[in-house]
Amino acid sequence: MHEYSLVEAILGRIEEEVARQGATAVRRVELRVGELAGVEPDLLADAWEIVRAGSCCAGAALVVHPSPARWRCGDCRAPIDRSAPLQCPCGGAAELEAGGELLLERVELKLPRAMA
Amino acid sequence: MCRDCGCGDAEVVPVEVQERVLAGNDREAAHNRAHFVGHGVLAVNLMGSPGAGKTALLEATARALPAVRIGAVSGDLATDRDAERLRAAGIRAASITTGTACHLDARMVHRALHEFPLADLDLFFVENVGNLVCPAIWDLGQAANVVALSATEGEDKPLKYPVMFQAADLVVLTKRDLLPHLRVDVDRIRDALARVMPRPRLLVLSAETGAGLEDWLAWLENRAEHLGAARRLAP
Repeated sequence: MHEYSLVEAILGRIEEEVARQGATAVRRVELRVGELAGVEPDLLADAWEIVRAGSCCAGAALVVHPSPARWRCGDCRAPIDRSAPLQCPCGGAAELEAGGELLLERVELKLPRAMA
Repeated sequence: MCRDCGCGDAEVVPVEVQERVLAGNDREAAHNRAHFVGHGVLAVNLMGSPGAGKTALLEATARALPAVRIGAVSGDLATDRDAERLRAAGIRAASITTGTACHLDARMVHRALHEFPLADLDLFFVENVGNLVCPAIWDLGQAANVVALSATEGEDKPLKYPVMFQAADLVVLTKRDLLPHLRVDVDRIRDALARVMPRPRLLVLSAETGAGLEDWLAWLENRAEHLGAARRLAP
């Protein structure tokens, strides 16, 4: 599904970094994928296998850190359980404190020793 | 050992990026948003399953607001049919035929906007690809997300597709005229929405009979006022 578009975006951003750093290859890519990010980590991994072929990331491992959903009242800051209604007894609405993110956290790049 | 240039051993270095994967799309969306807001056009991203009644809702809206200048782009994997129906209803409409893409993104909308004179429009709809999964996370530059959920889809759709419903500013339960024939409890839908939408907002209407349409039109007018739109969406 849309995981392909996302993986292409990730690859594009990494290619920018590779050019910026003068890297020769990418060893590892770390993502943080929230439970409510609208992305299925398994499908992301499948898309990665296909999209990375022939790119600077051909030898790069993809590591996905999952981030569970955590809701908190926007007004009184009380935690709200994920299966409960998202309207706080105090009258405030829940805010998603964690679990909505889709983040490229870091990459491990191979640099020629003279540049490291 | 670096095999390419023989300069010596390569070293592996971690580089922090800490960027949203959708940052590129969101920059394009911000441009779209600036265009809409700059021209005082209320832009609505209309999402929902295939067959939820998105096109019918837009047709009914156009018929009910003959003095309002409405533009729309209709996203579909194939055919121009939705856009044709919108044009027949008096909406200035274009298609975005996505091929295999299951959602619209900001770049597609940006390209489509070149065909529209925003200065001559009051209201703009993006009729997204029929899909309750993918479109939710792609910002297009809209002022509001509306999810059309038909009465025939059952009471637990919001719980099954939390990301979509969490992103909604408004949920419109369509095909209200069919409720007498269905074992659907609208209160259970409200309960489901309350568990996935921090600020649940539900309207129940029928594009076919017009029942409940006035609340939808009032919601649009209210949003246009929030936008500070110089033009009002009065019927």
